[in-house]
Amino acid sequence: MSNSISAAPNFSVERDGETVRIALRGAWTISASRALEKTAVAMSAAGKGARRVAIDFAGVIRLDTAGAWLIDKARAQMAASGAATEYQSLDADQRILLREAAYAPAERELRPKRNRLFEFLIRLGVWGAMIGGNVATGVSFLGELAAAALRVAFNPALSRPTSMVFHMENFALRAVPIIVTINFLVGCIVEQQGIFQLRRFGAATYAVDLIGVLTLRELGVLLTSIMIAGRSGSAITAELGSMKMREEIDALRVMGMAPMEVLVLPRILALVFSLPLLTFIADIAALGGGMTTAYLYDGLGFQAFLVRLQDAIGLNTILVGLIKSPFMALVVGMIACIEGFRVQGSAESLGRQVTVSVVNGIFMVIFVDGLFAIFFAGIHY
Amino acid sequence: MGSNGKEPIIRVRGLHVGFGAKTVLDGLDLDVPPGEVTGFVGGSGQGKSVLTRAILGLVPKQAGTIEVFGEDLDRMSLSEHRALERRWGVMFQGGALFSALTVKQNIQTPMREYLKLSQSVMDELAMLKIKLVGLPPDAADKVPSQLSGGMVKRAALARALALDPELLFLDEPTSGLDPIGAADFDELIATLRATLGLSVFMVTHDLDSLYSICDTIAALADGKVIAAGPLSTMLASDHPWLRAYFHGRRARAIVKQGRAAALASAQGIEGAR
Repeated sequence: MSNSISAAPNFSVERDGETVRIALRGAWTISASRALEKTAVAMSAAGKGARRVAIDFAGVIRLDTAGAWLIDKARAQMAASGAATEYQSLDADQRILLREAAYAPAERELRPKRNRLFEFLIRLGVWGAMIGGNVATGVSFLGELAAAALRVAFNPALSRPTSMVFHMENFALRAVPIIVTINFLVGCIVEQQGIFQLRRFGAATYAVDLIGVLTLRELGVLLTSIMIAGRSGSAITAELGSMKMREEIDALRVMGMAPMEVLVLPRILALVFSLPLLTFIADIAALGGGMTTAYLYDGLGFQAFLVRLQDAIGLNTILVGLIKSPFMALVVGMIACIEGFRVQGSAESLGRQVTVSVVNGIFMVIFVDGLFAIFFAGIHY
Repeated sequence: MGSNGKEPIIRVRGLHVGFGAKTVLDGLDLDVPPGEVTGFVGGSGQGKSVLTRAILGLVPKQAGTIEVFGEDLDRMSLSEHRALERRWGVMFQGGALFSALTVKQNIQTPMREYLKLSQSVMDELAMLKIKLVGLPPDAADKVPSQLSGGMVKRAALARALALDPELLFLDEPTSGLDPIGAADFDELIATLRATLGLSVFMVTHDLDSLYSICDTIAALADGKVIAAGPLSTMLASDHPWLRAYFHGRRARAIVKQGRAAALASAQGIEGAR
């Protein structure tokens, strides 16, 4: 490394009555870091009270913009305190550098005073407006989606089955292992706790009723939807978001292709078809888990379990879960697409929208499940 | 030896770079003279960017040596390499500004990493760089997605200049700029070269840049440097690609205007001062 240029910046001062001569030495470059800053401050202090200040550059080995800026800032401070300042023995390069890096005091922008209560109220208002806006966006998106779906339905040439099947492979087929695993485990856990609690009343076999009803009506579809919101919802938001960032969506639009038909509809339809299939698989896996646990903890044979199960549930039990699943898919898919289209130019914004997509997706899945619970209770189904 | 007789600031010997079965650079030799603007031209897909990335250590090489500031990059310890990286600044083609940070924070990133400066001085220096590259002061607090293409380029240049480097790499600095913006940018680079004593290694397609600010030009074809030297060398070369490049229709128009425009702009600058 060329160490000859790393001589620390320093200066010497000669006072002659009201005239001060400051002779600079060393390398005034940014690599001196803190030393450069301190030397410059010391220099402006050295010229205090002088009528005339001459700054001599003869001993400067190297100068860069940072050095020039700090020297000129010190000079400007001396000039502000009433000294006549001048530079001496500048070479041509230093002269240009000092001109380019001439000190200009930064203008301070005035910040308005803030009132905490107002700030809070403003935030509350913005938050309320955001929720209202989200609902409005959701409704208008649903409308657009329905319009696109109708266009495609009346003109099947516009449909994109290949794209849809491709997405179904990602959303459904590749999700089967994880869906089976978590539902099997949850089935085991629920059955085990059911046996433990009901055993105290001598009704351990009713744990079969418990697992049958709970899984088929609620848990299967809930767990699957939450998993899909995390797994596929995030993927959709990230895909659409990065397409938005790179202007791919604008490119589609100017080529006369509606993003709604090309990007959104295949994904949402794929989800709507995938989720019932996955829910069915999840139901079976959870029942399998329950059956295994019932055998291990209660000695209930598989055949006995199935007979008991047949008494406990009807066709409506499984239909309740399956009817809910396409609606869950619609909710998850819509939120994922909306958030994807909201991505702005930065990577940070992409991350934020993916988070929002997953959190809102899971929240809405549980909320919609609650609405369905009220609805089905109301019609005694 | 560089054209001004000094030790080259970058010396590449026998560089081989390939990806899988495809060889991109095949025994490439290159000298970049210090204190000059070196323009690097070549057809699309010929490996201009690959060479830059190989020198910067972003792409592994199969064979050959690369010396920067007279030191072999292979024989360097990690700490020496980091010290070296402080002495060069890189401006990527797309700017590569950190999208989550404001322009000011982008410029301060290398300062914060390598130097112990107070926040107020870092703020001042960042504003100085912003002024130096010709950005308006209010660009400082904007994030890259709020900037236009030309402003992104200038902000990226400001970040490359944050540590006052001795060597500046520019990848297609004027691509995507309008001709006036591109000419401004060329002038900016020439001014910075003159004031900061920079050596500039510039990958470019812009014939105007080559004519107006490059002291030396190196041309890449078939994985090798086929010609290097001042513009006159390029114009005199018989290589078919160089002939097509420097004697094509677009080039001829610029050559014709070249002298008159250079004269006029010189007078314009003098007049403005």
